[in-house]
Amino acid sequence: MKSLVGIPASYGIAIGPGFVFSRDEIVIEPCKIEDPEEEWERFIQAREATFQQLDKAYAKAQEELGEEEAGIFGAQKLMLQDPELINTIKSRIESELVNVETALHETAEVFASQLEAIDDEYLSARALDIRDVSSRCLRNLLGLKDSPAEGLNVPSIIIAQDLTPSDTVLLNKDLVLGFCTEVGGSTSHTAILARGLGIPAVVGAGELLRKIKTGDSIVIDGDAGEIIIDADKKSLEEFKIRQERFLKAQADAEAISHQPAITTDGHQVEVVANIGSVDDVQPALLSGAEGVGLLRSEFLYLERSSMPTEDEQYQSYKTIADAFSDRPVILRSLDVGGDKDIPYIDMPPETNPFLGERAIRLCLSRPDIFKPQLRAALRAGYGNNLKLMFPMVSSVEDVDKIRAVLEECKDELRNEVQAVAEEMEIGIMIEIPSAAILADQLADVVDFFSIGTNDLSQYTMAADRTNAKVATLASGFQPAVFRLIKMVIDAAHSKGKWVGLCGEMAGELLAIPILLGLGLDEFSMNPPAIPFAKKLISSISYEHAKKVAETAIQLKSDQEIREYIQQEVPEVNPR
Amino acid sequence: MPEIKLTINHEVGLHARPASIFVQTAAKFLSDIEVTHGETTVNAKSILAILTLGAHQGAELVIRAEGTDAEQALQALENLVADNFGEE
Repeated sequence: MKSLVGIPASYGIAIGPGFVFSRDEIVIEPCKIEDPEEEWERFIQAREATFQQLDKAYAKAQEELGEEEAGIFGAQKLMLQDPELINTIKSRIESELVNVETALHETAEVFASQLEAIDDEYLSARALDIRDVSSRCLRNLLGLKDSPAEGLNVPSIIIAQDLTPSDTVLLNKDLVLGFCTEVGGSTSHTAILARGLGIPAVVGAGELLRKIKTGDSIVIDGDAGEIIIDADKKSLEEFKIRQERFLKAQADAEAISHQPAITTDGHQVEVVANIGSVDDVQPALLSGAEGVGLLRSEFLYLERSSMPTEDEQYQSYKTIADAFSDRPVILRSLDVGGDKDIPYIDMPPETNPFLGERAIRLCLSRPDIFKPQLRAALRAGYGNNLKLMFPMVSSVEDVDKIRAVLEECKDELRNEVQAVAEEMEIGIMIEIPSAAILADQLADVVDFFSIGTNDLSQYTMAADRTNAKVATLASGFQPAVFRLIKMVIDAAHSKGKWVGLCGEMAGELLAIPILLGLGLDEFSMNPPAIPFAKKLISSISYEHAKKVAETAIQLKSDQEIREYIQQEVPEVNPR
Repeated sequence: MPEIKLTINHEVGLHARPASIFVQTAAKFLSDIEVTHGETTVNAKSILAILTLGAHQGAELVIRAEGTDAEQALQALENLVADNFGEE
């Protein structure tokens, strides 16, 4: 039995076999062969396997992304049948007696560089295709896994260095019991994904891939941040008991999740969901969400090769907003920057993308991206309760610029005689310290605020939240961050505006009593956290929460605040 | 060697889907088929070679075929282009 410690990123206990999610590296060793016929036969077999994989990928892409995106796999198949390519490989095997791996790799590279040499974006992308299909065939020749998720056939705990969004689309989520990663903090992609799925995760645990093999017996404790390899019988029993207790607490919370969140002394707040796609609507509704406090629009833009059209966006936004009928759905405009790779948006690398031209800054300089999104939202919001929210606003000037573009879009739509949500409410994210400081000015020009604590913390504390070494600094339980939150809420309330919070903190049970006591009106969180949050809010009093908040913001550290809440509000420990 | 002249009217030129269909059609025949665009002549059955032709919308191509089914091959390719690759 071995135990490793990382950062607790998502609650619960998972018990099951580990699955090591890693990419095999292609290593080609040139060598002389004896039997060209046998070598050619190896190629034919590897090519056949590649065709089958491409056919599968084609069918999957066609279903999920449409014919145009799927066409890439058809074209790749055609490349691997290309007589010029094939004949060159064959003749090199026969005349030079090189191994097929070398012949394939070098020949594909010749064609790829020829395509690349022509100054044409389309042909450069085809150069990537030929390299991609050649790598796939090489992996088959070398007996390497086609996808890092290949072989995941039974429910398992995923062990990875870290997971990117494009990695996680490869995973069959029904077979994922939990996540352990070597790097990352509590707001890394893996952590957010795990909380979204409501499964346990431990991140930033240091070296794992060399210590764990696929099939090893693993226990992860998402409350303590512990990973146990080959647990002995006695501790396994204990974990099973704790797992049951957790599941029971979850069931208890779910039993009241469709009731409103009202404190014991009658103060009601809104509990809503953070969602990121049309697929998240059902889970959010089932969890008891009273609306959507954050609809991330990035899902429409990532994992594709061309800009989503206005109509496509309109359809998605409308589907989601209509599903919640008169309940609020807050759409956040595109929130990306130089750290994301979106091939059709030219975002040159920046030395410091988190302080660069991202989110609303990018949108304001790119009307070709911004206007279709605003037009789609204005059209989709007709007849429901869709609201718009803008990320990374730093001053009133930003809001003036946004309003100008918004008016322009409304005018256009009126001229086109389209139905427009004329009275759509407009809000901003408060995630830059300057916006928190200017909250009184900003409250005059918008309808609501939503505090983004993930970014507000990292900008306030000057700590990168993806860097495990400074992750606690950016965790959000900092007295400075709570004081900023108080400033924002007080400023908004004095102008009659409401304030929500859509950062990870809204769903953290330890933070809820403080936020409630500071007067937060809306808590927006991942759906699995909603039942627990509602249970907690309805079991404490607003008066008590106010006192707790008052004391908490006078404390000196993250640790002091956490300990104080643990002690003062025992209800934060449902398990 | 029989030959025909064709003009590509498709908006994406002899790229993407049109290029794929063109190559797949040529590959059905036994004859050797070559395509000339400007100074460059390539194997009509090779998608990689066809792509490097840079045949955009309006490109004029000369297609030659040699073999037992040369006439049928040229006819098929001519029909394909006349039909704008099956798109209206």
